[in-house]
Amino acid sequence: MDQINTGDTAWVLISGALVMLMTPGLALFYGGMVRAKSALNMLMMSFTALGIVTIVWITIGYTLAFGTDSAGGFIGDLKQIGLVDTLDQTVGAPGHKIPMLAFVMFQLTFAVVTTALLSGAIADRTKFSAWIVFVIAWSLLVYVPAAHWAFSFDGGQGGWIGDRLGALDFAGGTAVEINSGASALALALVVGKRIGFRKDPMRPHNLPLVLLGAGLLWFGWLGFNAGSALAANGTAAVAMINTQIAAATGALAWIVYEKAKDGKATTLGIASGAVAGAVAITPACGFVTPLGALAIGLLAGVICAWAVSQKYRLGFDDSLDVVGVHGVGGVVGMIAIGFVAAIVANPAGANGLFYGGGFSLLGKQLIACIGMAVFAFVATWIIATVITKTMGFRADPEDEIAGLDTTQHAESAYDLAGVAGGGLVGGSHPLSSLRRHHDEEN
Amino acid sequence: MKLVTAIIKPFKLEEVKEALTGIGITGLTVSEASGYGRQRGHVEVYRGAEYTVDLVPKVRVEVLADDDIVDRVVDTIANAARTDRIGDGKVWVTTVDRIVRVRTGEQGPEAI
Repeated sequence: MDQINTGDTAWVLISGALVMLMTPGLALFYGGMVRAKSALNMLMMSFTALGIVTIVWITIGYTLAFGTDSAGGFIGDLKQIGLVDTLDQTVGAPGHKIPMLAFVMFQLTFAVVTTALLSGAIADRTKFSAWIVFVIAWSLLVYVPAAHWAFSFDGGQGGWIGDRLGALDFAGGTAVEINSGASALALALVVGKRIGFRKDPMRPHNLPLVLLGAGLLWFGWLGFNAGSALAANGTAAVAMINTQIAAATGALAWIVYEKAKDGKATTLGIASGAVAGAVAITPACGFVTPLGALAIGLLAGVICAWAVSQKYRLGFDDSLDVVGVHGVGGVVGMIAIGFVAAIVANPAGANGLFYGGGFSLLGKQLIACIGMAVFAFVATWIIATVITKTMGFRADPEDEIAGLDTTQHAESAYDLAGVAGGGLVGGSHPLSSLRRHHDEEN
Repeated sequence: MKLVTAIIKPFKLEEVKEALTGIGITGLTVSEASGYGRQRGHVEVYRGAEYTVDLVPKVRVEVLADDDIVDRVVDTIANAARTDRIGDGKVWVTTVDRIVRVRTGEQGPEAI
């Protein structure tokens, strides 16, 4: 192995662990937002992604995403199948080498959380077995190419978005956010609405869980974005402070918007706004100044708060707003780069329109957004349709109405109902016989 | 023998209990209830989507009382539970045919 930089290696290893925590965080964020009868199923969708995508990634996903480009910027090769030929390898710029396996782990956690994000679009209504098949297919056929496009750099011979086109996407505005948002839209359209959508009350059953999840996401996001520097350096510091700023301003902007529009600032609003701000800064965090991050967070908070209400007007049931928060937030961040990217924040970046950079960067950002969105939407539509036509994606209507926890997993999230739940039942043995037993033992 | 049933605001339960203890009532049963009267429910907003929550949380208090004290029980509950705001609840009285104390087998007023 080449000489590795231990500081950089330590930071990327820690970042991998930070991003791993985002998926359990997402599970809680989503789990609290659904109805109590399907809360466990929601948690389970994220946790199964942790299991399945890990295997997909180390067997074939990593090599296709980050192996040497084999098809004009669209996909890698198969030389590192099963992570062979990675154990003594390094990646990174000269002086900043880290073990390839640290990079594999870091990128693995991205694949996991991006796949898990999609569960929010189809909450409360799918067969568990169909989700398992979908996770395998989607992570391999959609996420892996998307990661190659955005994150595979090889001196102009890597992925078409990042390396060849030269669009700026620091930590995954395209491969993670726009990808998941456009895929979520296709998924919600193919799978269809929940029974009772817009008629039954479907309010979140546990908002403290949502806030706990949002907090874990926020925490993990610092590793997601600052770890994407792949070095413990100034760019990582810029990315981290920018992530904090945008999550903060996104949170505040969302509650100001809803206070003005609906009359009250809400906990769900502040949690959603923090995520929206973090989403939008994801592509931009390493390329903009702190004041640029502040503007991006504010913009994302307001635009996403507006966007989530549009599903009712347009009539699709993206239950937990993957499209409105991740898709829209990702586009906000990618386009904003075209305006506020600044070389002063990162010499390896570029100047946007407001810094005298002209329109060319903005054009590249737009092409990257459109290319990613179209691919993700079409590919996911095909995968979801194939699953629907073969094994079926939806749970039985009766199971959906009864709740997925008992019908898919034979469990209940909460046992708080006393007699009905069973928490107080049992121990019906006469006390006298217990006493007798006790006496005999003594 | 009468059964006094009261539907009250949850935060008024402590005052009602104290007032009943003050007139010598030694036992009661409390359960959580939900419903609506003329006040109806309230509106909640989640990510801009409005939900009308019709059923308001209430507490149901049930007290068994002998005929000579039942009116005092009703008045005591009503006074203790009153906030003069909409949604204070209701109190009503039903006749009870038979009462048995499970442990001793006592019957009728002795079992209250």
